[in-house]
Amino acid sequence: MASVIVRPVSALTQSDVLTPLVKAYAAGGVVREGRVKFDIAPLVDNGNSVPIEVTVESPMTQAQHVVGIAIFNEKNPQNQVAEFTLSPLAGRARVAARIRLALSQQLVAVAKMNDGSCWMQTVEVLVTIASCIEE
Amino acid sequence: MWRTSVATVMLFALMSLTQAQDARKSGFDFMRPATQALQMDDTQNPGMLWVKDGQMTWAQKDGAANKSCTDCHGDINRMRGVAARYPQYSLVAKRVINLGQQINQCRTTQQQAKVWPTEHPTFLGLEAAITMESRGQPVTPPSQPLLADAQKRGETLFNQRIGQVDLSCRDCHDSLAGKRLGGNTIPQAHPTGYPIYRLEWQSVGSLQRRLRGCMTAVRAEPYPYGSTELVDLEAYLAMRAAGMRLESPGVRP
Amino acid sequence: MTRALVTVPKTAKRGEIIEIRAVVQHPMETGYRRSSEGDLLPRDLIRKFSCRFVESGNANDTGAMVFAATLHAAIAANPYLSFNLRAASSGTLVFNWEGDNGFSHREQVAMTVA
Ligand code: HEC
Ligand code: HEC
Repeated sequence: MASVIVRPVSALTQSDVLTPLVKAYAAGGVVREGRVKFDIAPLVDNGNSVPIEVTVESPMTQAQHVVGIAIFNEKNPQNQVAEFTLSPLAGRARVAARIRLALSQQLVAVAKMNDGSCWMQTVEVLVTIASCIEE
Repeated sequence: MWRTSVATVMLFALMSLTQAQDARKSGFDFMRPATQALQMDDTQNPGMLWVKDGQMTWAQKDGAANKSCTDCHGDINRMRGVAARYPQYSLVAKRVINLGQQINQCRTTQQQAKVWPTEHPTFLGLEAAITMESRGQPVTPPSQPLLADAQKRGETLFNQRIGQVDLSCRDCHDSLAGKRLGGNTIPQAHPTGYPIYRLEWQSVGSLQRRLRGCMTAVRAEPYPYGSTELVDLEAYLAMRAAGMRLESPGVRP
Repeated sequence: MTRALVTVPKTAKRGEIIEIRAVVQHPMETGYRRSSEGDLLPRDLIRKFSCRFVESGNANDTGAMVFAATLHAAIAANPYLSFNLRAASSGTLVFNWEGDNGFSHREQVAMTVA
């Protein structure tokens, strides 16, 4: 059994690992906090499958929509979790998935809008998981 | 008139008494909501991927006989209630066998194909697909003298202390059920969800794999797959869970 | 044989925002895990996923991109993805997964919009 405690982190305390990853994804666009809601199940039995959901405030019209969402983690050997490409056909800027979460760390979800601006939410997850000695 | 109502009241009292006394709980009840939600939703439960594989394999011709399961058994929904009876005594094998062994028996004697290797995904898929047809049905071991012997042997094994940790299955699953063990909650060891999708395995596995895992965890030498001891334990677990509802494909931590 | 489950409502009202779910059988082997014998299991990941919409009557068309994903090792085994679509017209949703060792899987589902 693992518990995951999730709390939002402000840009000021965002990990030095995440900030450059977010910048690179933004490719020069301005990155602000807000508009992005990053939900992670607070209590899980096993870090091998943790439900997450990212929703972004956007009308999802041709004129104004989210073109992409990226998720980065701070401490896994590889910082990229996933990059999603969205289109106005979606009607709603939302994606849900299941991820692996073995360590307490920060995670960030960044949404890129069609005007190049970016919005993000950073969360801190505290994970307590027992090690397993089984086959 | 009053007699019937008294009888009804007594019947209800008796029913709630037996329900209240039934302290048995599926492993499902010990899980966190996120894991329960995963089991309950067939559009997300990864076990359904194996079920789908099994359902498709059911209709595929195979072996020297070039026959499919459908050719002899018809639609898979005709298997309703079958999984709830296993393990049971087989007249063909002349011993008590579990559902997987029965499937392999049809593979070799009927299809004239090679047995599925232990924990082969398609084999587990067939077992899961057949078991899913009995979802919601109570576990009902038949009364057969040779099955009763297997249940007794299984009970002895269940009570026997094993491994360097020197604990019996009962020590953990009766006395310590509901308690935490290194971050896991100890369930009551009911076999109602098998084959299960286990998050730890990141795949579907059989009840025997689960039992072997418990043996390894207490540093005991696990009995080999297909051994009489494991089938005996399965037979005892089914008896111990008689009346509880099947929920395959279960999801477990 | 790889299996996938895709969940799309068979019918939808025009303008309705529907939810799409897709699960595919794949170990998403990270390359950091060891087998029970102690050997490092080689990395084996699904790298790309896409969902395209092909309008009825345009069968030769490759369709329009609804949603796509690039996945990494932190995605759970048997990847599950859920996203949305605003139902505009009847057609077919085409799902594609691609990964290491030539992994490729395709599913398609028809949807009627009234
Ligand atoms: C040291 C305590 C311990 C012992 C001894 C033990 N188990 Fe377990 N068993 C567990 C734990 C803990 C779990 C659940 C693991 C998890 O959730 O990850 C479990 C799970 C199970 C399950 C799965 C239940 C479900 O809901 O899916 C079965 C069946 C089971 N054990 C049977 C046995 C049998 C049979 C034995 C004896 C051979 C045994 N166990 C010995 C601790 C133990
Ligand atoms: C050529 C006909 C034939 C084919 C093909 C066949 N079976 Fe059977 N099956 C039988 C017969 C006869 C029995 C009863 C005798 C026995 O127990 O083996 C049986 C029994 C069973 C039972 C036990 C039913 C019960 O009520 O306990 C299961 C489960 C089963 N088969 C599954 C399968 C599966 C799965 C396949 C395909 C992989 C399959 N069978 C293919 C003839 C067939």
